[in-house]
Amino acid sequence: MTSSPTGPSQIAPQADHSDKARTPLQRIADLRAWLFLAFLIVGFETWSRIDFGGTFLFNPFNIQSIAVFAVAPLLLATGQTFVIISGGIDLSMGFIMGLAAVVAAHVINWATPGMGFGMAVLFGGMVAVLVAAIPGMVNGMLVAFLKVPPFIGTLGMFGVARGVAFLLAGGTTVPVRNEFFAALGNGRMFGVPYIIMVTAVFVLLMHYILSQTKFGQHNYAIGANAQAARRAGINIKWHLLRLYILSGMCAGLAGVLYAARFSAGAAQAGEPLLLDSVAAVVIGGASLFGGSGTILGTVAGALVIAVIQYGLVFINVAPFWQFISVGVVIIISVLIDQAQRRFSGGRQSE
Amino acid sequence: MNDLGPSAETLLEVRHLSKNFGPVQALNDLSMSVRAGEVVALAGDNGAGKTTLIKAISGVYQPSSGEILLKGRPVSFASPQDARDQGIETIYQDLALADNLSIGANIFLGREPMRRAFGFLPVLDRAMMATAAKSTMAKLDFHVSRLDAPVSNFSGGQRQAVAIGRAVYWNAQILIMDEPTAALGVPEQRKVIQLIQQLKTQGRGVIFISHNLQDIFAVADRIVVLRRGVQAGERRIAETSHDEVVRLMVGG
Repeated sequence: MTSSPTGPSQIAPQADHSDKARTPLQRIADLRAWLFLAFLIVGFETWSRIDFGGTFLFNPFNIQSIAVFAVAPLLLATGQTFVIISGGIDLSMGFIMGLAAVVAAHVINWATPGMGFGMAVLFGGMVAVLVAAIPGMVNGMLVAFLKVPPFIGTLGMFGVARGVAFLLAGGTTVPVRNEFFAALGNGRMFGVPYIIMVTAVFVLLMHYILSQTKFGQHNYAIGANAQAARRAGINIKWHLLRLYILSGMCAGLAGVLYAARFSAGAAQAGEPLLLDSVAAVVIGGASLFGGSGTILGTVAGALVIAVIQYGLVFINVAPFWQFISVGVVIIISVLIDQAQRRFSGGRQSE
Repeated sequence: MNDLGPSAETLLEVRHLSKNFGPVQALNDLSMSVRAGEVVALAGDNGAGKTTLIKAISGVYQPSSGEILLKGRPVSFASPQDARDQGIETIYQDLALADNLSIGANIFLGREPMRRAFGFLPVLDRAMMATAAKSTMAKLDFHVSRLDAPVSNFSGGQRQAVAIGRAVYWNAQILIMDEPTAALGVPEQRKVIQLIQQLKTQGRGVIFISHNLQDIFAVADRIVVLRRGVQAGERRIAETSHDEVVRLMVGG
């Protein structure tokens, strides 16, 4: 029940004025992803200076490598942020990304002779993102209209997208024969890679949608109390349908950028990234119960994972430590989240 | 039924309302009315038909027969949204607030005001929502200093006030409150009773369902007792007693 008994301090006669500000612990919890990030950077910087007398952070090559590393998981994670805030999860994003990468490669190869390099890339990219919207739409219909739990519905789509992507790719990697696409994937302007620019613009757009539009506001409301949202006149089915289409298209964009970067489409492109995307969202401060989370937090969460992965390679630690470190960060992050709920009176855990 | 004098307008009138679910007669030929500034309590045992009655009034159920009149005009509601648009708001037991959003965001949930940032970009008008939240809550004698705090930070009675505030902001003429005090501590119950009195002085009509006779006697003007889907009696609060109401409820 939403109207759980209140804490003693809140039923005091002066209760009318007890709308307390966020406690220090809550503030720390809000910023935990950024604190993790700062802590990691200081740690790697220190290690780097002691071990080989060079800098970690102030090396532009490192910064750029980390950013490029973070692109695909971050794109998945922005879509995942919306889905998790609504109280769901999208497990199919990784293979939707692979599917989009394969579709982009095929369509660009097919269109290049007729359309020329530039138009073929534009066309292929758009087709791939639209194709990625289809499994997203099916996810949305399963969740919204057929009341399938998101975990199960998107797990089914995980298998379907995986199979279709491998079938389309013929079980192999599809190389792209288009120089312009390769230049987009690896080129830069003023020292900033194009794919980072595209990602930055897209992430800002997603931040705007989540924080400033009705769609974003309704997403939070549905995650906190779907019944309240329905009673307020929000069309939940229509919202969920659009939500899963959006997450499919995020995965689609990630697939296209992957294909550009490697000049190839591969069905397994997003396979290891799905759980990273969920991890980024959780580290970024979202609750898997729904109702909370931000895009900026997710950006920090994705950067935390990328810094761990890149930093451990940089300091020559066996790569398997990446898994352990990311796992530990996820667990700490969730513990902070729970501590915050407990100390804020347990009112948010409904 | 002339307890408020001839000057008070009849806001809602229910005439000979029946509702059956297959062979089950949940409500049988029930009539009642609510005037402006009047609090009518609905009492009765579980299964007496209170919930069926308010669901018929709030558009959740279509009555099998009978009439509902709003200010003398016959109406029928296709949906709860329809009833709400015509000024009948239901405050549910379990509150129906999005806990993670502010008071303003809850008041405007589903009908958010927008403004244009930089002259072109549509964004949520949070300042407008906060201002409206502040003035609406002040009307209910509920003064908030931090309007951006999520409503999860508030106590049960305060959240009840937010739910009522939403109805007041959208100018509901009739508020149906289903057990508004059931989940609250005693001081909070008192606060909700005060809120209902505020609504009364604003000339709104309130239908108030409660199991708590103390609350009913504290705030209601009239009590309608239901038993097995029929009206077992109607009394002015000033002219009845706990014992009589209990007798009506159990059918002694």
